[in-house]
Amino acid sequence: MKIIDVIKVASRSLTSNKLRSMLTMLGIIIGVAAVIIMIAVSSGTETAIANQINSLGANLVFVMSSFSQGGAGGGMATSSGGLVYSDADAIANSVPHVAGVAVEQTTTQTIKYGNIVLEDVSILGTTPDFTKVREIEVEEGRFLNDQELERSTRTAILGATIAKELFGDTYPIGQKISVGTLKLTVVGVFEEKGLVSGVDYDARVYVPITLVFDKLMNSQFSRIAGDRVRMIYVTVDDKENIDDVILQINLLLSKLHDVPLESPDFQISTQQDIIQTQSATTESFRILLAWVAGVSLIVGGIGIMNIMLVSVTERTREIGIRQAVGATPQDIQSQFLTEALILSLVGGLTGIIFGISGSWVFSRFGDMPTVVDPISIVLAFGSAAAVGILFGYLPANKAAKLDPIVALRHE
Amino acid sequence: MTDSVIIRTDQLKKIYQMGEVEVPALNGVSITIQEGEFVAIMGPSGSGKSTLMNILGCLDSPTDGQYYLDDQDVSKLNRAQLAHIRNEKLGFIFQSYNLLPRMSAVENVTLPMMYNKAAAGNQVEMTEKAEELLGIVGLGDRIHHQPKELSGGQQQRVAIARALINDPVLVLADEPTGNLDSKSANEIMDILHNLHQSGRTIVMVTHEHDIAEQTQRIIAVRDGLVELDNKNGRM
Ligand SMILES: Nc1ncnc2c1ncn2[C@@H]1O[C@H](COP(=O)(O)OP(=O)(O)OP(=O)(O)O)[C@@H](O)[C@H]1O
Ligand SMILES: [Mg+2]
Repeated sequence: MKIIDVIKVASRSLTSNKLRSMLTMLGIIIGVAAVIIMIAVSSGTETAIANQINSLGANLVFVMSSFSQGGAGGGMATSSGGLVYSDADAIANSVPHVAGVAVEQTTTQTIKYGNIVLEDVSILGTTPDFTKVREIEVEEGRFLNDQELERSTRTAILGATIAKELFGDTYPIGQKISVGTLKLTVVGVFEEKGLVSGVDYDARVYVPITLVFDKLMNSQFSRIAGDRVRMIYVTVDDKENIDDVILQINLLLSKLHDVPLESPDFQISTQQDIIQTQSATTESFRILLAWVAGVSLIVGGIGIMNIMLVSVTERTREIGIRQAVGATPQDIQSQFLTEALILSLVGGLTGIIFGISGSWVFSRFGDMPTVVDPISIVLAFGSAAAVGILFGYLPANKAAKLDPIVALRHE
Repeated sequence: MTDSVIIRTDQLKKIYQMGEVEVPALNGVSITIQEGEFVAIMGPSGSGKSTLMNILGCLDSPTDGQYYLDDQDVSKLNRAQLAHIRNEKLGFIFQSYNLLPRMSAVENVTLPMMYNKAAAGNQVEMTEKAEELLGIVGLGDRIHHQPKELSGGQQQRVAIARALINDPVLVLADEPTGNLDSKSANEIMDILHNLHQSGRTIVMVTHEHDIAEQTQRIIAVRDGLVELDNKNGRM
């Protein structure tokens, strides 16, 4: 039998029972659409996270305090270790290709304005370069200046959410708020930045880092710790120089801290590292989703097999007639295999259409970033075809094995 | 009439295995049928007529014995080879017509051509030939009717056209008039006579004496054996 005839016969018997064919395809349609949407949502989320992280400063290198593993040369002083304020100056002055440096030390305080009290607010001590390095803009007023840093002036710049909570409609600039035991003057309010890798940039209060050192670290330990900082942000002039800068900072700080290179009391990472850590978490989520989608494809395949088995039984007599006029077992097998394949391929194509439009609906109305991956389309369509052949084989084989006389006598 | 042999069987046996029990349906049937003969097979119910026809029609294989169809030993062929023989050399007419329900008359008639290597693919030629055959059996005005829109006699005529489409060397009919009233039965017999006249070899099973007596030769079967082979057309 010619291929074209096989396809004609198969599609004809499928269209003669449209509702059933449609319901049979539904499983594959849902499976394929699910694969595409799930991959689109997870890669969309990943891209969005990467964009967000990149939006907080380009070519950024993060130097974080970490407790040394007790290197050979390290005594008490270094092993309790970490970064100090002067490290930032050292980096700015002696590492080439550095475009900007900002430091950060955080503490948690209760803040008040009038009768509004906000507890456990994150207070971030930093330097005037912060806005440049982290690419965040002041919307009202201004950011810290060098003078305020030097004199640890009692000034504060508020995150957008904090400003709204404290002041509502009142103009915040020039107002005084209490932070812990201090009274600070508000000189600026930041633009909204949102939640980026778990940090709410809008729910923080920014003050001169010197103020944190002098007045806001109230425990005995912290006072001894002195001008310790949590983090130094370094902007590199060009992407290509990032590795070089990391190496230079490593060398410089190990020497300054008197710790061995292989077990430093600080940790250097880049945005790329952070994006990768984030990806690792979405990756496992994505694998889970892929499994769920894959299982639904298999369920769809079982649906096809089920209906094809019913169909073989129902059409036993037709099979007998075809055999009587000369259809070989192979002809019969091809016919039923083709039916299963058409069901799964048409289902697959419909699923792709639903998957793509579904992804679009998610990003348009569901506020979920989606990126439709062409690979996911190929993958989904390929697995639909595989499912068709795999689950069509058993019914087709059953049909081909029928004895012509038994089949003719059926009913 | 030529001397060319179309069917030669030698001690055909068919034993059905029903669990532990062996049911012998054919106990050694040896017959020879020449090209151009019109043969009726008669016998009581359960005597093995259909079993014999199924083997002659290559729908089944004998348990033992030889069957030469058109000089080819077909008793040991596999299922695919038998399918090709059925397609190329045989035309089968059943008591219950066995047309495909959702297909038109012309589509039913072309069905064997779709499985024919030489003919498949040429839709125009196939349809032309089918329409011609439907004209010959008197259904030229019903070619697009589905079986459910045709009477029993008309359906059987479609089945005859289908049996002829691949130009078989042998036409087999198992009680072709069994489901029909006498008027339709006579129409079918007229068609078979015409086919015989034009040189076809026909083997037909029937229960009815007056129908059997219209042929030239009656083979009586009883208990899986040839009881009588009357070449005069009279029992
Ligand atoms: N598939 C089968 N399994 C077991 N026994 C069978 C089978 N087919 C036929 N038989 C037996 O073989 C014998 C011959 O059957 P067959 O159908 O050839 O009879 P028949 O002469 O055509 O009868 P009828 O005139 O009723 O059609 C019967 O005894 C029947 O029971
Ligand atoms: Mg019978």
